[in-house]
Amino acid sequence: MNMQTAITMTAAETALVDGYTAQIGELPGEGAVLSARDTLLADLRKQGLPTRRVESWHYTDLRALLRSVPAVDPTAFAQRVDPLVAGSSVLSVLNGKADTKGAPAGVNVRSYAESLVEGVAAADLVERDADDAIGRINGSFVRDGFEIEVAEGTELEQPLELQLVQSAGQSHTRFPVTFGANTKAVVIERHLSVSAAPSLVTTVCDLILDEGAEITWIILQQQGDADSHLAQVNFDLGTNAKLRLFVINAGGKLVRQEVHGVTTGEGSDFKLRGINLLGGETHTDVTFTLGHDVPNTTSTEIIRNVLLGRAKGVFQGQIRVAPDAQKTDAKMACNTLLLSDDADFSAKPELEIFADDVQCGHGATVIDIDATHLFYLRARGIPENKARAMLVNAFVDEIVEELEDEAVIEPLEAIIAAWLETHA
Amino acid sequence: MLEIKNLHARIAEDGTEIIRGLDLTVKAGEVAAIMGPNGSGKSTLSYILSGREDYEVTEGDILYNGESILELDPSERAAKGIFLAFQYPVEIPGVATMQFLKVALNEQRKYRGEEELSTPDFIRRVKEASARLQINPDMLKRPLNVGFSGGEKKRAEILQMALLEPKLCVLDETDSGLDIDALKIVADGVNALRSPDRAVVVITHYQRLLEYIVPDSVHVLYKGQIIKSGDKSLALDLEANGYADIIDAAA
Repeated sequence: MNMQTAITMTAAETALVDGYTAQIGELPGEGAVLSARDTLLADLRKQGLPTRRVESWHYTDLRALLRSVPAVDPTAFAQRVDPLVAGSSVLSVLNGKADTKGAPAGVNVRSYAESLVEGVAAADLVERDADDAIGRINGSFVRDGFEIEVAEGTELEQPLELQLVQSAGQSHTRFPVTFGANTKAVVIERHLSVSAAPSLVTTVCDLILDEGAEITWIILQQQGDADSHLAQVNFDLGTNAKLRLFVINAGGKLVRQEVHGVTTGEGSDFKLRGINLLGGETHTDVTFTLGHDVPNTTSTEIIRNVLLGRAKGVFQGQIRVAPDAQKTDAKMACNTLLLSDDADFSAKPELEIFADDVQCGHGATVIDIDATHLFYLRARGIPENKARAMLVNAFVDEIVEELEDEAVIEPLEAIIAAWLETHA
Repeated sequence: MLEIKNLHARIAEDGTEIIRGLDLTVKAGEVAAIMGPNGSGKSTLSYILSGREDYEVTEGDILYNGESILELDPSERAAKGIFLAFQYPVEIPGVATMQFLKVALNEQRKYRGEEELSTPDFIRRVKEASARLQINPDMLKRPLNVGFSGGEKKRAEILQMALLEPKLCVLDETDSGLDIDALKIVADGVNALRSPDRAVVVITHYQRLLEYIVPDSVHVLYKGQIIKSGDKSLALDLEANGYADIIDAAA
């Protein structure tokens, strides 16, 4: 609740407000959708982009960091690429345009542009709270995405890849996804950039897991060095539902990945696993909030960060335990390997506990490469650079190994190894 | 093979002198035992041989096959054939044992201008060597040394030594923490590597290990110097009479 008056609009704010006026004629949806967009844009204009004075944006002053907004580029061209995991079903979004072909059996997909045109999407286009800049920007400009329903009992043998490929301009998409009761699936939300031109990509995923659903959702963000990536995942876990969310950031200039969840069914379990590979001039923020709203739910969060160059990283993690959410078990850890004197990382764990019979803990550490480990590897003939890379890799690989599926682990390990080789 | 001449070395951080004019020569094919009371500089000597940067050599030289190794970093020394079996092998979570072995082997080969091993060839060598050392293959699926017992760690060190085929093996208190069965397995592993073109330096506190790895020479290290050298009977003397007489005689 931080009202402020932007005295003069920044270049990015001006570009967003003017862009809205220019684009409104071609943005899908009328009536309720249009008025929802207008409301969001009016709030954006009134409040401006959030600054460090807004608590949830304290470490990511979006107003200062978002220097410019690339113009919408209708001529930009992008093609789909091979899936991360061979054999996956692929639903592609090329420069913001979604292609609904490619869904596996049991998965019903429709274009979000249609939901906007028909008006049913209007109910989605609201702010989470007064500081929801991502929801505001995305809701104002959203053009496409997928509305996905995984039918009750469906077990996907192969991963489903949501492949977002961007070459220039802007992309604003939404993904409301419902996993029916007792579904099992691995979904890979993959963000790629195929050119050096700057892009602004925003996404909002709303995930609902019905009773007994067991889902692994992997966000692999590999955008370009000039790109801004503003993303939000909202989830709701039903009875005995299990969600494992992996967030891997290995690209982007300005990145904010928000994850907001609630456990609404007893016996549900949430795991957040994050790997932030931050180099160059990137500013990458993972902000997480979880409400344990009912008794007997569990969560663990482990974030591992590797920082090089002049990178800046942020992790904010907030766990709330409602007054009657007894027997909650929640643990959060954020470990950072700072490999450059010019890099920095801010970690802000928060616990708000209103129940008395719970187990909650958090820890944040900043470490360096262990000299004894390094000497041991070198004493076996491994040159120092290679030994260092092995140890950095080991630090994040512990997280990847938790996936326990070699078909998924191997390509992720290859991406991490390649990143370390290029940046270290 | 190894000539240490008037070596003086100190802890880099605080300047404490640990090695104070040490002379030692070990020939190819020789097994030399270095014994000495706690704090005499035994482990420090092993670290200096392998190039640990926590120590500074202030005087003297270490020649390996006639060349000074003081300017070489640890990985170069290893690739040239110097191997240190650690007193306390390090656990490294996240580094798979097999991957570590393969990288170490191939980096050494690369340094020497040899071709890298193919994966099947590598796996065959690991299987053979681990069978000889009675190492359970499941152990090799774990991260490096993680969750290994004391005995398993020492066996894993000897496995690495067998695979890397060094020319100069330095065993730092390899017997510590081993029961008699594990000690025999480790000693057999070392004895299997004895050859006319390979030297072994066994650093130990007790004579026990030397019953299984019989040395050609025994050297007593005290306050950073070799104060007495002899054949294997010297180790038995020490076992029977302790270090006091030798230390007094040298004083």
